[in-house]
Amino acid sequence: MQVNVTVDGTAHSNEAEPRQLLVQHLRETLGLTGVNVGCDTSNCGACTVHLDGRSVKSCTVLAVQADGHEVTTIHGLATDETTEDGWHPLQTAFHEEHGLQCGYCTPGMIMAAADLLAENPDPSEEEIRDGLEGNLCRCTGYVNIVRAVQAAAAAGNGDGSSVSAHQAEEVSA
Amino acid sequence: MIPASFDYVRAGSAEEAVAALVEHGDEAKVLAGGHSLIPMMRLRLAVPEVLVDITEAGLAGITDAGDHLVIGAATTHHDVATDKVIETHCGVLAHVAATIGDPQVRHRGTIGGGLAHGDSAGDLPAVLLALEGTMVVQGPGGRRTVPASEFFVDYLETAVAADELLVEVHVPKLDDSWGWDYQKFTRVAQAWATVGALALVSSNGTISDARVGLTHMGSVPIRASATEAALAGQSTDAIADAAARAADDTDPPSDLNADADFRRHLATVLSRRALEAAVG
Repeated sequence: MQVNVTVDGTAHSNEAEPRQLLVQHLRETLGLTGVNVGCDTSNCGACTVHLDGRSVKSCTVLAVQADGHEVTTIHGLATDETTEDGWHPLQTAFHEEHGLQCGYCTPGMIMAAADLLAENPDPSEEEIRDGLEGNLCRCTGYVNIVRAVQAAAAAGNGDGSSVSAHQAEEVSA
Repeated sequence: MIPASFDYVRAGSAEEAVAALVEHGDEAKVLAGGHSLIPMMRLRLAVPEVLVDITEAGLAGITDAGDHLVIGAATTHHDVATDKVIETHCGVLAHVAATIGDPQVRHRGTIGGGLAHGDSAGDLPAVLLALEGTMVVQGPGGRRTVPASEFFVDYLETAVAADELLVEVHVPKLDDSWGWDYQKFTRVAQAWATVGALALVSSNGTISDARVGLTHMGSVPIRASATEAALAGQSTDAIADAAARAADDTDPPSDLNADADFRRHLATVLSRRALEAAVG
């Protein structure tokens, strides 16, 4: 089947078998390998992307179900990946607060955190931990991840301005 | 892990979905949020030849229908959990929906999918039983209504026939006399309930109506009828003794997480906690 999907602001049209998962479409068809496959069983959240502005586990969505919709991946958050000034506030915060060790869960963790902050720009620690319930990290013990999300929220002055322009447009759509 | 090959049908309406189900019969499965079906297909525990996708069939939405609320089957758990109309008139349903899975699961999973999957470990069946809600099922001959008490037939089996589609869930509006709580025991944060207990109580000091729905205490979701009977017309002081009977006449499963005796113990403890919170 033909899948027409806008990913990180770019329209794509590709053939996909109905059984192809969205994560495979993003990684193998579009080459967006920042979207990681972790547990392969809908638990760990490493494959989290935004579908029409809401966080989803892309290993549990069929690529054909994204036809006609918008996807944002970790590749679409930074305004300029090549310079720290271009990073998304969450990317900066995870870097500065040591919110990662091996880094494998990080793309999904940041995408889940971005959705959390879009809905709740000034979350409590408990709200952050609840909001990241669907994302597993086996290195950090989560303490620095929570700190990073708090730092990103503070950087956004609690008004949602930590959300990138592209993502804000998606959430309001 | 990749599902076995299947044909994909995107239904634009309930009628189109039913037509596809009539055409393909037992070989077809309905796909909504996919958060039970796709994992089962990836493990090859389910190998349907045709998937009928209803996510764009116009079946999502919440309507105030006077004395009850009508919730479209494709409404996501997130929308049920955060909707103001549900919060105002049937807060217990929003409360339970907010405990399902994790945020990503709630963004895709649907109320109709969670019920039609028929898993007694799911959180929604217990609350629909306690609410005495009804399901509207559409088939080739039109629509019919099934009370929640008759909807769950056996493990992963409901009253929805192979050529039918669950299209609406109806729940009553609750007045201020009702209190509720849902207690579930899980091994890890996002896991399915080892056991859950949903208490829904109407009381003004004296309990006029107490309903307890149990999650994962049998092949189908059930109500703790002995506990409910022991509470009718009683003061809230009767809760501890009544909750001790929550596992009466149950036949819970044994698995790696809990054996049947532990599940019976959990049912009594969680029912007491839920009842106490519901009247507190």
